[in-house]
Amino acid sequence: MSSSAILRQPEDSMPATAIAAAGPEPIARPPSFGTLALRWYRLNRSGLRAIAIGVTSLLAFLLVWHLLTTYRVVFFVRFTNVPSPLAVYASFTKAIHDPKFLLHIVLSCRRILIGFSLAAIIGVPLGLIMGRFKLIHEIIFPVAEVLRPIPAIAWVPMAIMLWPTNEQSIVFITFLGSFFPILVNTLHGMTLVDPVLVRAAQCLGARERSIFREVYFPASLPHIFTGLTVGMGVAWVSLIAAEMISGQYGIGYFTWEAYSLVQYADIALGMIAIGVLGLGSSLLIRGAGQLVMPWRAK
Amino acid sequence: MNEIPAKAPQGHIEVTNFSLSYDSIEGPVQAVTDTQIHVKPGEFVSIVGPSGCGKSTLLNAVAGFLKPTTGIVTVDGERVSGPSAERGMVFQQYSLFPWKTVRENVEFGLKMRGMPRSQRERAARTLLGLAGLEAFEKHYPEKLSGGMKQRVGIVRALATGPKVLLLDEPFGALDAQTRVIMQQILTNMWQRLKISVLFVTHDIDEAIFLSDRVYCMTARPGSIKAEVPIPLERPRQQSMMMSSEFLALRRGLMSLIREESLKAMGGEISDLGMRGLDIELHGQSLAEVL
Ligand SMILES: Nc1ncnc2c1ncn2[C@@H]1O[C@H](COP(=O)(O)OP(=O)(O)OP(=O)(O)O)[C@@H](O)[C@H]1O
Ligand SMILES: [Mg+2]
Repeated sequence: MSSSAILRQPEDSMPATAIAAAGPEPIARPPSFGTLALRWYRLNRSGLRAIAIGVTSLLAFLLVWHLLTTYRVVFFVRFTNVPSPLAVYASFTKAIHDPKFLLHIVLSCRRILIGFSLAAIIGVPLGLIMGRFKLIHEIIFPVAEVLRPIPAIAWVPMAIMLWPTNEQSIVFITFLGSFFPILVNTLHGMTLVDPVLVRAAQCLGARERSIFREVYFPASLPHIFTGLTVGMGVAWVSLIAAEMISGQYGIGYFTWEAYSLVQYADIALGMIAIGVLGLGSSLLIRGAGQLVMPWRAK
Repeated sequence: MNEIPAKAPQGHIEVTNFSLSYDSIEGPVQAVTDTQIHVKPGEFVSIVGPSGCGKSTLLNAVAGFLKPTTGIVTVDGERVSGPSAERGMVFQQYSLFPWKTVRENVEFGLKMRGMPRSQRERAARTLLGLAGLEAFEKHYPEKLSGGMKQRVGIVRALATGPKVLLLDEPFGALDAQTRVIMQQILTNMWQRLKISVLFVTHDIDEAIFLSDRVYCMTARPGSIKAEVPIPLERPRQQSMMMSSEFLALRRGLMSLIREESLKAMGGEISDLGMRGLDIELHGQSLAEVL
């Protein structure tokens, strides 16, 4: 095989590369714990600062909330009926022992998981294929462009007609919400692939399939993950709206039900739960992105 | 791995009656016309010429990325009809895969050929060692300097054992010192592998220092204006660049290129109103100004 021709005669001298080969100096002694801690502090100083400020500002938010509600401030907006942080905390401690509350959360998460996963499983490959094959792009793109501006919530009546059960229509709404951001971002990533990388792969012997797998796909990954992050956000928006309109379970339904039952503390609890779940799921995606794209780690 | 007997010299590039025009709204743009070049097996040939004269076009046609409008390109008698691992290419832009480590980049061609993982890992390590890059095998390209990126690019192109190596201004973006080292490395690899090299550059010194022969192209539409053999002995040393032989070659090529650059820029210069500055547009006087 011709490649082994290169490997012949490794004993030949190569003066220029010898110069270039000088690597970094090896460290003589492992540094003490004190120096390590100091170095760690220096490297992470700006991160620590951000955490400190972030915690302070959250505490300030709680304090303002507390003051506004205890003094029942009425200044354009009315805080008369708004629950105080302590009331919300009390209803939180009660709720975590309530299997029904946990069921609401579990069901919402399941709907997100199914709807979002379906959107990713269909949206990403479809975007990749549309980016690669012009004909498929020309066929699908117009339909996608017409459907895309319709907010997922506007699909609620249609979804109820389309699907036999309520559960399915809610999952469908969640799916629709995340599908288009995922599709559009994947497609965008495909259009930005550097053609010189494709050429480089071609003259290393890569055929269509390998180019797709080894160049187009990894090159689009950053945009795919942007799509997944945005899609996850829209999935929650769509899910909560659908649950409020047509649900029987789920954290969106819980929040709306609390209003009907005049459980004001539970309204805030539901809202906070939605916020925490949304934040958690976008953190999960970011983590997955870092795992899948180690070359982008800073 | 068993010892492979030295292969018969390969990599004979033959470009005959070549012309290529691009389609554009204003009609076809003739980039290269009526060009014949050849590279003998194991030869190092450079192409120099003014900017925009069609050097990259010609090289891309040899690589198989562009189809000639007329004429044919053959390598060892076989007509070039598309890119292939037989013709390795190094691009002016850094073209390493950012999502692959240095070693994985070098392995890429071998992987495409279906070589098992352990075998190609070993081959890639050996090659990286030859280029002084073994310490960086696990790095991602983003963390490398420009010179290192191009070194990896060359190693990657050579890993599959191509018959021909095509380089399109590979060192254009590097500083002068790095350039010199890269030239040495390229020469070393070329001599060791005995493959044919077609090298495009702006830099006349570089062309002379590296090549057995230099083609000088005319301004667009590009064709071959002159073919200059470089009879300097090998191995070449940096000190040769001061020799009278080298300087004579340099002067000759310089004046050829300058004429063409002026032709290429003539239109622009008069557009900019330089006639009003009392600069003659014909003949030597402007050449000296520039
Ligand atoms: N895709 C294209 N469509 C139309 N014209 C093109 C195209 N690519 C190149 N050209 C024109 O063809 C001519 C030759 O281009 P080419 O890139 O081969 O030149 P070059 O000698 O490599 O230039 P440089 O030294 O700047 O790299 C240029 O004048 C360029 O404007
Ligand atoms: Mg060029």
